[in-house]
Amino acid sequence: MSNIFCSTIGKKLIMSISGLFLVTFLLLHLSLNLTALVSKEAYKTVCDFMDTNIFIQIMVPVLALGFAVHILYSIIITLRNMKARPIGYSVSNRTEASSWASKNMFVLGAIVLCFLALHLSHFWAKMQLQHFIGGHGKEAYSLLIELFKNWYYCVLYIVWVIALYFHISHGFWSAFQTIGANNSKWIPRLQCAAKIYAIIVSLGFISIPVYFFFGLYTV
Amino acid sequence: MKFKLKIWRQKNAKTKGQFETYNIENVSPDTSFLEMLDILNDKLIKEGKAPVSFDHDCREGICGMCSLYINGRAHGPDDEVTTCQLHMRKFKDGDTITVEPWRSAAFPVIKDLVVDRYAFDKILQAGGFISVNTGGVPDGNTIPVSKENADESMDAAACIGCGACVATCKNGSAMLFVAARVSSLAKLPQGKIEGAKRAKAMVAKMDELGFGGCTNTQACEAECPKAISISHIARLNREFLCAKIQE
Repeated sequence: MSNIFCSTIGKKLIMSISGLFLVTFLLLHLSLNLTALVSKEAYKTVCDFMDTNIFIQIMVPVLALGFAVHILYSIIITLRNMKARPIGYSVSNRTEASSWASKNMFVLGAIVLCFLALHLSHFWAKMQLQHFIGGHGKEAYSLLIELFKNWYYCVLYIVWVIALYFHISHGFWSAFQTIGANNSKWIPRLQCAAKIYAIIVSLGFISIPVYFFFGLYTV
Repeated sequence: MKFKLKIWRQKNAKTKGQFETYNIENVSPDTSFLEMLDILNDKLIKEGKAPVSFDHDCREGICGMCSLYINGRAHGPDDEVTTCQLHMRKFKDGDTITVEPWRSAAFPVIKDLVVDRYAFDKILQAGGFISVNTGGVPDGNTIPVSKENADESMDAAACIGCGACVATCKNGSAMLFVAARVSSLAKLPQGKIEGAKRAKAMVAKMDELGFGGCTNTQACEAECPKAISISHIARLNREFLCAKIQE
């Protein structure tokens, strides 16, 4: 195991494992969010569970660590990769060779991160964090109604989710490739699975602002 | 056919280079790209100017010596060919063609379009071989190899080490080259024995020489003149990670 993480492949291993951890979290997050589309009570039950369950409370710092590691290593890897080509080409015509998402993972990740900060301050800081620090959390369902009645907030949210779609559509299969769990048969299969996963996650998240903006809920 | 050529000129590794424009006329569509450069050089020599330096050797698409980044693509606009096998009929009459050297920190420009690809040899010296005892030649077929393994090994062994993967990759990564060499040996019983040691040594050398990391953009696979698959990169990752974990 000595200095495995000093190598370029080792660093990518960290990216892929933390990335797979984060996409798993996203699916959990989405399934919890979707309860808001069922009823106010169902959403409240889920929020109470998230605020009080011991496993969730342990997982929150682990999740934060997952994000931190993923972001930190993306910077380390990108800086090294930039150094590998100090002088660029004057003409570059490689568009058809690789997917747009695969060439812009760092930028896409940065977009996701910017909106994430906004998202945390709007929701998490007023909900779960309040329970952790002994404050009074806002009633979560009315928070959703309040925030998503602004069209610009909905647009921001959807742009964020679209960036996330592209990030996952490459990141998901790329993670398996980096771990070495891939071959010529599985490359197209995993690429297809990545697209399906990204579509499910992004459509799921987009459905929430749409639902609240168009007032499809009953209080 | 006639063309306007924008060619990178650089006196030596230490000087700063720049593009220079040349016009060339009466080029047959059946001329190869390197022959077209020969015609240009002939003209430049007659005019008392310095000819354009570029790498070439076999001109049959198998030695891996020729390079050139032509109109933004390694080995030019044709698929699965080296520059020597690229013909002028692939361009339109009157086209402006930009010719640049491979760009990578690990492949410094020596002169004009010639880059130093010794870094690839250093990676091979680190582990791209099998150690065998000298002695009598063993009988053929003594060691059975399945058809699938033989095919996959041969596909990887098709790598000619031209460096198009490094030139094309946005990270200047040599992963496809290293993967092809590791894979071609890992699929055969003779190569398997030193598999773990080889993967570790070659990756360590690749990192040391300043190549970037792989971000799975698949650009290398698309531009490789031998169409080597990125599935070999998955195998390299597997070989390397398993070797490191077992350490």
